[in-house]
Formats: sequence, C-alpha cells, structure tokens
Amino acid sequence: MKNKEPLILAVVVIFSLITYYLVEPYAHHVMHKHVESEHFAYADLPALAANGDATRGQDLVMGAGACTGCHSIEAAGMPAAMEPQDAAASYGVNPPDLSNVGVIFDERFLADLIKNPAHALKVEHKFTAESGKMHPMSAFAGAGGDIDQEVADMVAYLKSIAIKAEDVTPKIAYENACGRCHAMSYEKWTQIGEKPSFKDKKDALAFDIKVLQYEDSLKAYMGKLPPDLSMYIRSRGEHFVSTFIENPQAQLEGTAMPRVGVTAEMAEKVIEHMQDSGDTKRAERESIGMNVMIYIIIFAIFALLWKKQVWRDLH
Amino acid sequence: MAHFTKATSIKDWLNQRLAIETVERVMMSEYWIPKNINFLWAMGMVLVITFALLLVSGIFLLMYYQPHVDTAFYSVNYTIMREVDFGWLWRHVHGVAASVVFLIIYIHMFTGIYYGSYKKGREMIWVSGMLLFVAFSAEAFSGYMLPWGQMSYWAGMVITNLFSGGSLHADGLVEWIRGDYVPAQAFLTRFFMLHVLLIPLAIIGLIGLHFGALRIPHVNNQDGEEIDFDKEAKKYLAGDKAGSKVMRFANDFMSKDMMVVGIYLIFFFYLVFWNYGFAMDAVNFDPADGLKTPAHIYPEWYFLWSYEILRPFSVDIGLVAFGFAQVIFVLLPWLDRSPNTVPANRRGLFAIWFWVMLINLIVLTAMGKLPPEGMFSQIGFVSAIVFIVQWLMLPFITMFEKKV
Repeated sequence: MKNKEPLILAVVVIFSLITYYLVEPYAHHVMHKHVESEHFAYADLPALAANGDATRGQDLVMGAGACTGCHSIEAAGMPAAMEPQDAAASYGVNPPDLSNVGVIFDERFLADLIKNPAHALKVEHKFTAESGKMHPMSAFAGAGGDIDQEVADMVAYLKSIAIKAEDVTPKIAYENACGRCHAMSYEKWTQIGEKPSFKDKKDALAFDIKVLQYEDSLKAYMGKLPPDLSMYIRSRGEHFVSTFIENPQAQLEGTAMPRVGVTAEMAEKVIEHMQDSGDTKRAERESIGMNVMIYIIIFAIFALLWKKQVWRDLH
Repeated sequence: MAHFTKATSIKDWLNQRLAIETVERVMMSEYWIPKNINFLWAMGMVLVITFALLLVSGIFLLMYYQPHVDTAFYSVNYTIMREVDFGWLWRHVHGVAASVVFLIIYIHMFTGIYYGSYKKGREMIWVSGMLLFVAFSAEAFSGYMLPWGQMSYWAGMVITNLFSGGSLHADGLVEWIRGDYVPAQAFLTRFFMLHVLLIPLAIIGLIGLHFGALRIPHVNNQDGEEIDFDKEAKKYLAGDKAGSKVMRFANDFMSKDMMVVGIYLIFFFYLVFWNYGFAMDAVNFDPADGLKTPAHIYPEWYFLWSYEILRPFSVDIGLVAFGFAQVIFVLLPWLDRSPNTVPANRRGLFAIWFWVMLINLIVLTAMGKLPPEGMFSQIGFVSAIVFIVQWLMLPFITMFEKKV
C-alpha cells in the first residue's frame, strides 16, 4: 500500500495555516487601522528658514522669548522655580526642562512649537475658539526682527546646550519625551521623577501625595490620566507605539495626546526603554531559544533513528 | 493473604507486591496496536506530552502567582516575567501549550471522526474524549482569568453573562457564579481554585478513563479493517513480526510516537520563542479596568467557532444554538446510524458531510474573531445555520449509507 502520510500531513498543515492566517494576520488587519510610518520626517512642518545663531538664540531664550518664565534649563544653571506638582497645578502639566530638548526633538517640530504650540503638537481640536481654552504654552510672536530667523536662533541655542545624541540613554529619551505624563511603575518612574527608596514611611507617603497631586492636575488637563507604560510594548506592539508617537491623531483621531516630536533616533530609544520595562528578557529569549532548538533537533534525530531501528523488523 | 517468598532481586520484590511484569505486559509489550495506522495515531502521545508541559510549567508559575485583584497582574507581568529566573520561559511555555493543546485536540478529534473511531464498542472512547474537551475548555477559560488583564476581565464578564439565559434573566445565577455583581476578588479566587485544583483533578481522572476505554475495543486502523487481535498477537509472539498485522505498543509504536513528538516539539518550541503572539493576546497586557471596555472582545481562537454560533442570532435563539453546539459532538456515535467503521472517503455522502463540517468550523472560527459587521455577520449567520443543519441531517444521510 502506498504511503499516504505526506498527503495527510499536507492536509493537516494547510488547514492549520489557513485557520491561523484567518484568526491572526487577517483578523488583526481588519480590526486595526494600519498606519504607515512617516519615518519621523515631519513633512507637514516647514523646514528651518535660516541658519540659526546660538549666541543670539541664547539672548532670545533668556530674554525676549520669555522661555525661562516657565521652563527650567538646568544645563544653563537655571533650576525649576516650582516643584512639579505645583507647576502642574498652574499649567496642567509640568513644563519640560529645556536642557536636552535640542537633541531629543526634531528641529522642525521645535521651531513650529515655539511659533504655534497647539499646531506643532496637533492638539488644536482641544483649544478651539468655542472651547474658550488656550494652550498653556503661549506662542512666540517675535522679538521685533525676522521671526523665522529668531526661531532658528533659539533652536540653534537649544541644540548647542544639549548633550550629544549618543549620550542620550533610552531612559533619558523616555523621561524627556513621555515621562511628564506617563508613569512607568516597573521602572519606578512617576510623572514627577524616579521614586527614591525612602527609609521613613512618612517620606514615602509624602512623595506619593505629591504624585497624586500631580496626577489630579494632569487628569483635569488631559481628560483622563495618561496610562502607565510599563507593559505597553507588549499590549500595543512596536509598530503601534512608534506610529502613535509620530502622530497620535493618525492612530486615534481626537486623542488628547499631543504629537511628541522626537527624532527617529530618539523614537527608537524611547521604544528601547519601553522594551527594557515590558520585555526585559528579549535577548535571553533569543539565546535560550537557539539552545533549546538545537537540543530538540538532536532529540528528534535520535527518535527518528530509534523508530527506524525498531520498525526494521516489523515490515 | 498471598504467599510471599524471599525476593531474589528488586524486580522480583516489586513483582510479588505490585505485579509489575503483568502491568508491563498489559500496558506496554502486549498492548497490541494495528500496524496500518499513520502519524495521526500519535496525537494521543503528543497530547500527553503537551499536558505534561502544561502541568510542569503551571507548577512553577504557581509558586509566584498571587490570586488577588490588586497583585495578580503585577505578579505575572513583573514578578514572573522580570524577576524570577526563567519565569518568562515558564509563562511562554504555559501560554503557548494552552493554545497548541487545542490544535492537537481538534486534529485528534477530526481523526476520530474521519476514521469512524467512535463506533462499534468505541463509544466510550469518544464520550470520554469529549468530556476531556469540555474539561480542557473549562481549564483554559479559568486560566485565562488569572493574569487579570483587560481580556481576562471582559471575557470573564461576557462568558459568565451567558448564564443569565437571555430572557430568563437568571441574574441571581450569574451573581452566584461570580460571587459578586461583577468579576472581582471572589471571582478571581474561585477561578484560581478551579484552574489549579478541581479541573486538573477532573482532567487527570478523565485521561485515565479515556485510556481505559481504549483497552478493550483496541485502537482503530486507517483501513477500516477488522483485526483478530488474539490471532495476530500469537503470530507476532511466535516470531512472525513482519507477517503479523499488529505490533506492541512499546517499543514498536512508542518509537513512532516519539518520532512524531520530536518533530512536534521543534514546532512547539519555535512558537514558544519566536511566534507566541497568537497565544498571548496583546490586549491582556493591559491591566483589568472595569470602566474601560476593549474595542473588540473575543475569546481565544479555539472557542471562536462556538462563539460564532451564539453571535449571529437574537439572544435567546443564540443561546439555544450555542447550547446545541456544546453537546452535539458528544452524541456523534448515536447520530451516525451507519454500521460502517471505515474512513470517510469510502462512505459516500458522509465524506462530503465531513469536509463541509471541517471547512465550516474554520469559517465559523474566522468569523468569530472578525467584528460582526456587514459581510462577516452574514457569512457567520449562514455558517451557523449550516452547522446546525448538518447535524440534523447526519442521522438521515448515514441511515441510507450502503454497507461496505
């Protein structure tokens, strides 16, 4: 009798693969909107108008630009005037320290942000005339000269004080880009900074109260508390997170989450940090996986040889 | 009391007390298996191995899992996945095995249907197998609650709601099952108990019954041949191994079982390390939130076909159809009126019935996951009707089947 096993195997494999295709790739394709990456080009924003001059930029940032009225610049020796929870009570969210924004965020994005924050952040739907609400960051209206030149100068200054891109760790990238709204409890991160280990329980509780105060302001500002991102790399996946950071409105129209404005390189670092929280064993999985495969293949070869030996007498 | 003599060896000592030689003969060397079977007959052993993987990985997970609504998610995703050495490995093995075990169960089941292995004395094999399917389903569902993620919570909500019985409004029953108005601490703790104690005990008992049910009618074969096992066994024992139509379970068939297991494990561990997403739904990596319903709620893939039989109808009819789908497979040995215990391809109309059933279940599975909109709900509706009509037709098409 001819051997039917290859045919039977083919039938089993084909039906299994069809089922898999329908319930996994196909169903997810139907259920989830597919958003292509724009490679963090920010093509909707104009390129920088002119070559910036960091020295003039410094004067603008510290002076007429009025940035330091709300923002700290620790790299320039200007610490925050308020504690984060107090700043959040005033602005809704703690205005970021500007030390490293020049390396974290794209220059087109920064320039547009200075001139028109709600536009750059893609949150204009939250601050319409009817709503009567104003974006907490006031737009820079110019210091008397060519506004595009002035903005380019400020961006040049911010770039000049920032650390080098290769010195930005995934953690620094996350803290700057996401950390003022999103806690990451598995990495001990709160919106007001990393939670230290306190000896005295009273100190720990005092810290927690500050976090809760901050979260209350943030909730009022954003509509709901932005989620803890500890496991987001597993619950959303790399592609979703990356395209969502790039343009939240493309994935979730009307969301209160602003466009983040990071460069492509920094987006990768943000994702790496999310993997460091939610998928810590990815390297180990790869290496152990290879070893297990080698072991199992050897096992299968021995099993095959054993079967051949036993069945030699049966035919 | 039996007469005991001074033992000549450890084996002899054990033999006098436990009759290990007899056990070995009955269970292994003189447990006769027909030779004309293919690799599908090894699915039982594949299931045993997968169950062992589930049991062992489950024991390791149980050492760190905390069945409390405040800490369950954390104990799984932080403690087990990050802190415990190889915790992630045990979780991936457990999650993937829980999904793959159903693929093998379905292959095993359809092998039985195709070759008519539920007929003429093999009814109890089929019934105990279907009871195992029910127990595994309950085990899978209760286990899915434990990480206390979004899908745990909402699947728990939806499935327990079914017990309100539609227009019967048996909300008291739903509350009794949940131990609360909504899935909460009482719910989690009781599903934890079911998952780690009661249902595994039932499964182990049923596996014993399933094996026992096989011993007397013997294993079926792929040609529908009636084999005189006593005669063929004598031939084998007399030395005519090649001429006999049967072989020993061990080591003869066991060696083939192990070969199939080896190939299966390559596939299994590939999934564990590189393609585990299908078994560990992304939505369940969000912690349970009773105030935030996920956009799409769907069960794991192995429940989709019966979910789709529930979904396209109005509530009451849907529940009746769902109940029908749950029990109808058990009745197969009595709904099939044909005396033929041969492969489906030699049974005329039944062959068509078989392939339509298989393809329709795949269609139902796909539609069960897709959102019930537009064409998908129409296809789902038609498929659900086809499923029910097929079962109602089965006694009639088999009644007039010619004897082969």
